[in-house]
Amino acid sequence: MNIQHVQLRNITKRFPGVLANDRVNFDVRAGEIHALLGENGAGKTTLMKILYGLYQADEGEILINDAPVRIKSPSDAMRQGIGMVHQHFQLVPPFTVTENIALGLRSAREPMLDLDAVGKRLRELASRYGLHVDPHALVWQLAVGQQQRVEILKALYRDAALLILDEPTAVLTPQEVKELFVTLRRLTETGHALIFISHKLHEVMQISDRVTVLRDGRVVGTVATKHTNTKELARMMVGRDVVTSWDKPPVKTDDQILRIEKLSALDDKGLPAVKNLSLDVRAGEIVGIAGVSGNGQRELAETLVGLRRAESGVVSVAGRDLTNHDPADIIAAGVAFIPEERMTMGVIRDFTVQENLILETHAQPPLARKALFDFDKIAAHASQLVREYDVRTPTLDTPVKSLSGGNIQKLILARELSRAPRLLIAAQPTRGVDIGATEYIHKRLIEQRAQGTAILLISEDLDEVLALADRIAVMYEGEIVGVVPPNTPVDQLGLMMAGAKRVSS
Amino acid sequence: MKMKPLDLSRFNAIIVPAIAGALGLLVGAVMLLVLGANPLDAYAAMVQGAFGSPNAFADTLVKASPLLFVGIGTCIAFRCNVINIGGEGQIVIGALLATAVGLTFQEAPSWLLVPGGLLAGFIGGAVWGGIAGVLKTRFRVNEVLSTIMLNSIAGYIMTFFLNGPIMDPTTLDNAIRIPQTQRLPVASDLWRWIPTRFHGGFVLGLGLAVLVYILLWRTTMGYRIRAVGFNPRASRYAGISVSRYQLLAFVLSGALAGLGGAVELMGVTHRLFSDGSASGFTGSAGFNGIIAALFGGLHPIGTIPASILFGALLVGANQLQRTIQVPSAFVITLDGLIVVFVVASQIWSKRTRRVTEEPARPVGVTALQKTEAAK
Repeated sequence: MNIQHVQLRNITKRFPGVLANDRVNFDVRAGEIHALLGENGAGKTTLMKILYGLYQADEGEILINDAPVRIKSPSDAMRQGIGMVHQHFQLVPPFTVTENIALGLRSAREPMLDLDAVGKRLRELASRYGLHVDPHALVWQLAVGQQQRVEILKALYRDAALLILDEPTAVLTPQEVKELFVTLRRLTETGHALIFISHKLHEVMQISDRVTVLRDGRVVGTVATKHTNTKELARMMVGRDVVTSWDKPPVKTDDQILRIEKLSALDDKGLPAVKNLSLDVRAGEIVGIAGVSGNGQRELAETLVGLRRAESGVVSVAGRDLTNHDPADIIAAGVAFIPEERMTMGVIRDFTVQENLILETHAQPPLARKALFDFDKIAAHASQLVREYDVRTPTLDTPVKSLSGGNIQKLILARELSRAPRLLIAAQPTRGVDIGATEYIHKRLIEQRAQGTAILLISEDLDEVLALADRIAVMYEGEIVGVVPPNTPVDQLGLMMAGAKRVSS
Repeated sequence: MKMKPLDLSRFNAIIVPAIAGALGLLVGAVMLLVLGANPLDAYAAMVQGAFGSPNAFADTLVKASPLLFVGIGTCIAFRCNVINIGGEGQIVIGALLATAVGLTFQEAPSWLLVPGGLLAGFIGGAVWGGIAGVLKTRFRVNEVLSTIMLNSIAGYIMTFFLNGPIMDPTTLDNAIRIPQTQRLPVASDLWRWIPTRFHGGFVLGLGLAVLVYILLWRTTMGYRIRAVGFNPRASRYAGISVSRYQLLAFVLSGALAGLGGAVELMGVTHRLFSDGSASGFTGSAGFNGIIAALFGGLHPIGTIPASILFGALLVGANQLQRTIQVPSAFVITLDGLIVVFVVASQIWSKRTRRVTEEPARPVGVTALQKTEAAK
């Protein structure tokens, strides 16, 4: 433990055609949490990879306790007391927790393993920092939050005094986030320095002492967290004011578009995931489904669009019974779907932008006559959508896999909304998407609402549901535990999400 | 601006396999040196044997024909991500049905017998490919296993018929029992460019390669086949029946291989024969055709030069044996070397592509407008 102060001075890093970091200054001290905030592609990860020795800076220097150091590899970084918890865990799933910790370390009894000694020290560390995890558990059996604890323990076991956490909350449930924050606080109390990479504003406000905002590879500013607010941070990130609340004129009609009656469905393991669920969505109304991940939201959405069998119950759209119909039928009935897993379900990654934009409509005139494509019409259709929905792509023939997450989501949005749907089912529409794109997607959903589309918004982001929904249905263990108005206090929603409170509607 | 599948990766699609092929020849040269032959002489003999005269070139194209049929079928199957290794069996069943047509309608005129025989081959292959397709889509049987087993089954069926129902009566009379049929009626012969062995089957293959290109990249059916191949989940969500298009890919790729069998029968051998296995008749075209397709970047047009190349290797090998006296196994080895290098090069180029693509970020709407203006 000898890190008092780490400084990055004038770091510049170029990739072919991109200036990823442009004379970036950043520092972190023992006992503080310094958040690094920025949109996707702002250069946060590049900067941290330089500090961790995965990249070399083209210019600039790194100082630890005011002495310049050269970090040429992650093992150099670890020797200097720098540890990193990656967004994608670097664990060996079939190994136990102890075996994962011991991996790559010299044993005291070479060439024999000394797992007992590792386990003993692991337990000490775990109890000191409140990172409880069974040392003998197999990693693949652990929940995501527990796996993250193993990652943190791995770094602490290697005597990391500075911890870099790359988007650590992206994969966690709200409860796990809370636990993580307790751990992080404890780490700073014991003199660790922490760098917290995120693009979630309220988390940054909650946990950090200072915030540095990056935009387009440059530092926009460094501010003390207690002297700023989310609005200012958003402006720094995006470069302009960001809209987070929307005007919603009251719903005019009573036209029921989506009607779900006593629906039940199973999950992939064959266990009940949706239980006797009833809900309706009217034309021009946004109904938000709030809930902690894994409470049947995914199964519900898949059942509605025909990808999962309904065991019992009825799903009807505009009066037409569509229970257990083919996806093609349901699409034809005017149902659009923004799937949760956008990379594996929303797009075909190896297809080009224009090929993806015609996924559902490719056989319809004028895009195709008989069975033959009319490429001029397709290109015209695609370029209009790309322009209208601001999809940033070099060409229409660019494979979708080389676009950013926000742009892929805009592409899916363009494709689904261009069909003028009656009902839109949007599952986690802004998860992992940066603020600018989130704002844009929200604006489009509100517009769609004004045009009379019924929207079922399934989101784990409570702020999103509160900002957009006309009614909020809280889902817990496959059931709707209550339908409440959007001015319901967050505490009450939290209790409902945890299954501790029911509201009869 | 059209959808050109080769556009983005022209380098990868043409230059990389060419370099890989050259590296294969280089290693082959070392082996030739070890065998005591001059590599330059050897390769010269091969080129001479494959392209040195109109007759030689005709032979190369004749050898390339079944590879081309199997290869363009492979393009359809692999683009749909169904791994059809059953070309051998599909060729055999196609040829068997075409034989049945030829033997049954001995007196039929050519304008009936030629299309009839080809159609029989097409249907035979389609059925044989379709069996693996049904096994996969209905019963989730791994298609690699089922198609390989169906190859053996087809070989045994052919041998059974050749040793009984359709055995050449003259061999029965002479009590020598060769497992082959009598010569099929001359009316069933494909058009041939006398005096060479070049026949109309290769031209048919060229036409079909173009048709398959159009099918895969310009029709809604091909779009769906490729969509299912890339991402069955997204395809299903978009309303495409995944199992239907997987089955279709099997049927079409099988049909093309079966047609290749009929073409080989009616253009070259004019009788069905066997050495007890499928490859006795096919000359392993069912496997080599897959290699040709991979070498051609799983693109039907790319499969044309690839088939000719492998046809040339086969023909050149004979010449090599005659003039330089190296064992014929050398050519099989050379074949294998080229395959290893091509496959390795594809993995390599995929990997380098991933590395170079990573930092590239979309350059914004201006670039899009530029490409639109350039249209």
